Amino acid sequence: FHSCLLFLSFPFSLPRIRKLVLVHQRFSLEDRLFISLVPCSILQYHSHSFTFPLFAPFLLLPTTTIFHWQIVIDLQLLPRSFRLALYFAYFICRSIPVSALFPMASLQQSPAIKGAKVLMVGAGGIGCELLKTLALSGFEDIHIIDMDTIEVSNLNRQFLFRQKHVGQSKAKVARDAVLRFRPHISITSHHANVKDSSFNVDFFKQFNVVLNGLDNLDARRHVNRLCLAAEVPLVESGTTGFLGQVSVHVKGRTDCYECNPKPSPKTYPVCTITSTPSKFVHCIVWAKELLFAKLFGDKNQDNDLNVRSNDSTGSSEQTEDVFERKADESVEHYGRRIYDHVFGYNIEQALSNEETWKNRNKPRPIYSSDVISAELMQQNGSSNKAGSADDPLSVSAMASLGLKNPQDLWSLTDNSRVFFEALKLFFGKREKEIGSLGFDKDDQLAVEFVTAAANIRAASFGIPLHSLFEAKGIAGNIVHAVATTNAIVAGLIVIEAIKVLQKDFDSYRMSYCLEHVTQKMLIMPVQPFEPNKSCCVCSETPLTLEINTNHSKLRDFVEKIVKAKLSMTSPLIMHGSSLLYEVGDDLDEAMIANYSANLEKVLSSLPSPVTSGTMLTVEDLLQEFTCNINIKHREEFDEENEPDGMVLLGWTQVPTKPKDDDDKPHTGNGVSTSKTSETEPAVAQADAGVVKINVEAIDASGKKRKGPDSKDISLDPPSNVADEATAANHKKVQQIDEDEEDLVVLDQWDIDTNKKQKLR
Amino acid sequence: KPSFGLYGTRKTFLFSSDSSKPILPCSSTLSEVGAGLQREFGFPVVWFGRCVIQVQFTDSGISRVLGFSSLLLNCLLIVNLVTRVRLEMEGEQLTEQETALYDRQIRVWGADAQRRLSKSHIFVYGMKGTVAEFCKNIVLAGVGSVTLMDDRAVTNEALASNFLIPPEEKVYSGKTLAELCCDSLKEFNPMVHVSVEKAELVTLGQQFFEKFDVVVISSCPPATKILINEKCRKLSKRVAFYTVECRDSCGEIFVDLQNYKYMKKGKADGPASECELRYSSFQEATSAPWGRLQRRTSKLYFAMRVIESFEEANGRNPGVFSVEDVPAVLQLKRKLCEAQSVSESFVPDTLLERLVIGSIEFPPVCAIIGGILGQEVIKAISGKGDPVKNFFYFDVVDGKGVIEDISSRAPEADSASSKSANIITQVVLE
Repeated sequence: FHSCLLFLSFPFSLPRIRKLVLVHQRFSLEDRLFISLVPCSILQYHSHSFTFPLFAPFLLLPTTTIFHWQIVIDLQLLPRSFRLALYFAYFICRSIPVSALFPMASLQQSPAIKGAKVLMVGAGGIGCELLKTLALSGFEDIHIIDMDTIEVSNLNRQFLFRQKHVGQSKAKVARDAVLRFRPHISITSHHANVKDSSFNVDFFKQFNVVLNGLDNLDARRHVNRLCLAAEVPLVESGTTGFLGQVSVHVKGRTDCYECNPKPSPKTYPVCTITSTPSKFVHCIVWAKELLFAKLFGDKNQDNDLNVRSNDSTGSSEQTEDVFERKADESVEHYGRRIYDHVFGYNIEQALSNEETWKNRNKPRPIYSSDVISAELMQQNGSSNKAGSADDPLSVSAMASLGLKNPQDLWSLTDNSRVFFEALKLFFGKREKEIGSLGFDKDDQLAVEFVTAAANIRAASFGIPLHSLFEAKGIAGNIVHAVATTNAIVAGLIVIEAIKVLQKDFDSYRMSYCLEHVTQKMLIMPVQPFEPNKSCCVCSETPLTLEINTNHSKLRDFVEKIVKAKLSMTSPLIMHGSSLLYEVGDDLDEAMIANYSANLEKVLSSLPSPVTSGTMLTVEDLLQEFTCNINIKHREEFDEENEPDGMVLLGWTQVPTKPKDDDDKPHTGNGVSTSKTSETEPAVAQADAGVVKINVEAIDASGKKRKGPDSKDISLDPPSNVADEATAANHKKVQQIDEDEEDLVVLDQWDIDTNKKQKLR
Repeated sequence: KPSFGLYGTRKTFLFSSDSSKPILPCSSTLSEVGAGLQREFGFPVVWFGRCVIQVQFTDSGISRVLGFSSLLLNCLLIVNLVTRVRLEMEGEQLTEQETALYDRQIRVWGADAQRRLSKSHIFVYGMKGTVAEFCKNIVLAGVGSVTLMDDRAVTNEALASNFLIPPEEKVYSGKTLAELCCDSLKEFNPMVHVSVEKAELVTLGQQFFEKFDVVVISSCPPATKILINEKCRKLSKRVAFYTVECRDSCGEIFVDLQNYKYMKKGKADGPASECELRYSSFQEATSAPWGRLQRRTSKLYFAMRVIESFEEANGRNPGVFSVEDVPAVLQLKRKLCEAQSVSESFVPDTLLERLVIGSIEFPPVCAIIGGILGQEVIKAISGKGDPVKNFFYFDVVDGKGVIEDISSRAPEADSASSKSANIITQVVLE
C-alpha cells in the first residue's frame, strides 16, 4: 500500500461512504475525516501499518466538495497485469502531476508539512541541524526558543554559527543563517528561557508539533508537561558522542517523557569525598564542591570540608579560622597555610584513625615545603602574562607560569605552582568576586585551580593524575558532541515529526543511534512505549513521601522535593483547601510574609499541620501540572544513603543510591568489607553478566517477534524481565550530564578512569 | 612511508619557522609553498619549471632558505626535507585555536585522532544533497583539505536538497555545483582548505588519487565507480573509497578500505586487540551471487543493483527516471531474479517502484546518510572505532539503519569475516 495509490474522483453519497468506511474496523470515521480537514486531495502517506480486507480495497476520502469523494485503490491488491495497465492508463491521461502521487519526494510540497506550525526548543547542536533539515523538508512556519549565546566550542558542530557571531543569540543567528538559503519561509526566534511564563500552555497550543533539542533534564521535563497540558505531540531527542536517541510522545498514545526513569546526576557518599577518595572524580568533586566553594564561595554555606578533622579535634572554631585570610597576611603565606592545612594536616588527622586504613592504601600528607622550594615560590609567576584584568574569564595561572598545552600532565610541583598562582591571581585580580564565586567550566582560572587541587589530592591518595583538559571535562560535566550524530538525530526527528503531522500513529518509532553494530544495525528503531499507568506526570497516581514531620521544614520540602525532584518553577502547595506556599508575581506583602514564615516552620507545626497520612497537593500553574503527595512520617534516615532526610516513593527516577559498587557505604568509622582492588574485577564481571542477559533478551525477542520492529522487551524498563539486572546496569552505565547539550547514554569518562585504574 | 611526486602534483607541506606555528595551511600547492617561504623567510623564491629551493635545516627544524639550485643537486635534499617536515608534523601539537574549536569532539575521539584528521585530504565527486551534508560534516570535523568535483549546473533538484547553494539565480548562474558548494563550505571552518577541481572524472589518471586519503563518489554510473575504485586499489598507499546514493526515502553507502587494521576496543573494560578487516572491491561486492546471500539481507541491496543494471542497459544518467519506467524496471527485475535463480519476491515490487519514481532525495534521509558517511570517514582516518563493512542501508519505511557484509568471494572467506562481524554484534549497548 505504501507505494502506489491511485486517486479517482467519483460522485458518491454520504451514507454509502459511512457504511464502507465502517467496514474497516481498524480506523474510525473521525480519523479519516480529520485528514480531510487538511485542504488536500492527497491521501496521507501510510506505511504498511494497516492491511485491507480483500473484499473492500477502497478507502474513501472526502475532498473539499462535499459530494465528491475520492477512491483510493490499493494497487498491491490488484493482479499485476491490471496494475501495469493502470500505470499505462495513468501515463496516457497524466491528469495528475506525478509528484502528487508518490510519498516522500512529494512530501516537501505536502500541505501537512507546508501548513504545519512547528516549535523548536533549543538551537544548539541538534537545533542547528534540525532547523536546516526542517527548512529543506518544506516546513514553512518555524518558531525557535533558545536562551544561550554562541561560544567558540560550539563552532565545531553548530554550523550555522561563525567566529564573528560569538556572543550573539543562538536562536537569532540560526534564523538568519537558514533564511539565507530558504528566504521565503517564516522563522520566528525567541531569545529567552523556555521556562519563562510567556511560553505558557496557550503559547504551546498554537503548534502542531514541538521538537526538543535540549541540554538538560529540567527543561525537558518542563516542556513535556506543557506539551501534555496543551495536548501537542512532542518529539524528544538527545546525543552524546556517537550515541543518539529520538522518541515521540503523544498524549494518550505513547508514554510521556517522564513515564520511564531518567538517570539522575551522580552523587557520591560524603565520606568518600571527604576522607577516602578512590577515583580521580572524587578528588574533582572535593576540589570543586568543597575546597573551591570554601575559599571563594559563600562563606555562610554549609561545607563538609572539615567534617572529619572536626570530629577528631573537636574544636570547630579553630579550624574555621584556618580558611580566613588574616588582615595583614600576604597571599603567599595564606596560600601556603591553606595548602599545608588541607593536603598535610587534614591527611595526618585522617591517618590517625587506624581503623579507616586497615584495608586501604594509606594517603601521604603533602606539605608545600616538600614540593616547592622557597626559591621557586619566589619565581612563581614572575613573568606577568596573566591576561588583562578587564576580562576576568581570561585571567590564567597557566599562562603566567608558561604552561601551554592543556593536554599535558603536570607534575606534582607544577600542580602546586598552579595552585599557588591561581590563588594569588584570584586575590590579586578578582578580589571583588571572592565570597560569591561558583564553579563555572568557562572560568579558566577556576578550572585551573580545581585541576591543581584535585591533582595534589590525587597524588596524596595514590590516584593517577589527569591533565587540565580531562579535569575540565569531568568538573564541568562536559558532554562529548560531534556534528555527525546531531545531523543523524535531526534527520530522525524530522521523519518522526512528519509521521506525527500525518497522524500515522502506527509507524511512530523510537530510534537509537548506536556506536557499535547491534543486530546488524547502526540505527535501531523500537516501538514507542505504552503510557506508564503509575506515572505521576501523565496519570494522576499520587506519590508517597517519607519524611520526619517533626524535624523537616517546609523549606526543605520545597527545595529538595518540589524544585529538585519535581522540577517545578512556580509551585503552589495546598493542604486540603488551605494554601501553605505559593510563588508568583501578583502576591501582596502580607501573603509573602506569611509564606516565608511558613517556609521556616517544621511540617507538623504549620498553620494546618502536616503529619503522617496527610495528602498534600502541589501544583505548578505555568506547567499546568498537579501532583498529590501522601506524607508518611519516619523518624530515622540513613545519612549516607538518604542525605536529603526524606524519600520520595513512586517517583520514576533511578534511585539515587551511590552508583559505583565499590563506593558502597562504609560502616561507622569506615571499615569496608573488602579491598577496593578486589571489588573492581567483581564489578566488571557483574556488568558482563548484565550485558549478557540483555543480549539474550534481545535475541529471544528477535527470534520470536521479527526483530526490533516488534516491541523489544529488553529496552522497555517497565516490562523488563531482567528488571533488577538492568536497574543495576542503568546505575552503572547511565549518567546524565546536565550541563551541555543533549542526553546521554554512556558514561564515557568513568569507564576510562576505571580502565586506567585497572591498568595501574 | 612518505610517497610524493616532486613536480606538478599537490602535496601536503606544513612548514614551520618555529615548530609550533604552521605558516601555511596543511594542503598547499608547491607554488603556494614557494610563496609562503618567500613571505616567511624574506627570500625572493622564484619557481622555474624544474627548479627546487634549497633549504638548510638543523636539528630544530628548517632554519633558512639558502638559495636555488638545479634539480640534480637537490633531489636528495628535497627527499630529506619532505620526510623531515612530515616527521615534525607527526609530533606536532594541536594549536590553542584548534583545541578551543574542537574541544567537544576531541573529548570523543582524542587529540591524536584530531591531528590525523587535520592532515587528511578528501576527494568528493557529485554534489547532491547527501554529499553536501557529508562535506559539511567533515569540514566541521576539521580535515586537512576537501577537493570537490562536479561540473554540472544548478538544477531545481539540487536547489531542493542542497543547502549549500544560495537560491538566488544571479548568484548561482554561470557557476558549477562544485564551485557554489565550495564557496559555502569555506565559511564553515576557515581551518579547512576547500577547493574545486575541474576535470572529467573518468579521464583522471591513477596518480591523481594518490594525493588523497579518502575518495567519495556519488551520482555517477556504476561503471565509473568500478573504474575509480580499481584506480584507488592499485595505488601503493591505502585510499579509502566510498560511494553513496540516495533515492526517495532510501540510502546506500558502500565502503572499501582494502585491508584495514585497527585497534578494536575490548568489551566493557577489556584490553584493545588488533583487528584486521579485508574489504572487497565495488565490483566484487556488487556482483555477489544473490542465491548465496541470506534471505534476511536488506532488500535495498538487490533493488539498488536492479536500478543500476537498468541505468546501464538504457544508458540513462543516474537518477533520471519517471513513472513510465516502472514496467521496464519490474521486467528487468524478473529477468535478473531468473538469472540468479532466486524467486521474484526476493526484490519487492513496491520498493522498486518507490526507488524509480521517487528519485529525488528526501532531506531528512540526506542528513542521516550524510551523517553516517561522515562518521565512517572520520573512523577510517583516525583509526578509531569499528568501521562499516561494507554496505550501509537506511529506509524511512522501517526506520532501520542496517549494515550488510557482502562480497563475491568464496564462502570460506566469508565465514571468516562474518565471524569478526559477529564479535562486533556481541557488543551491546545498554
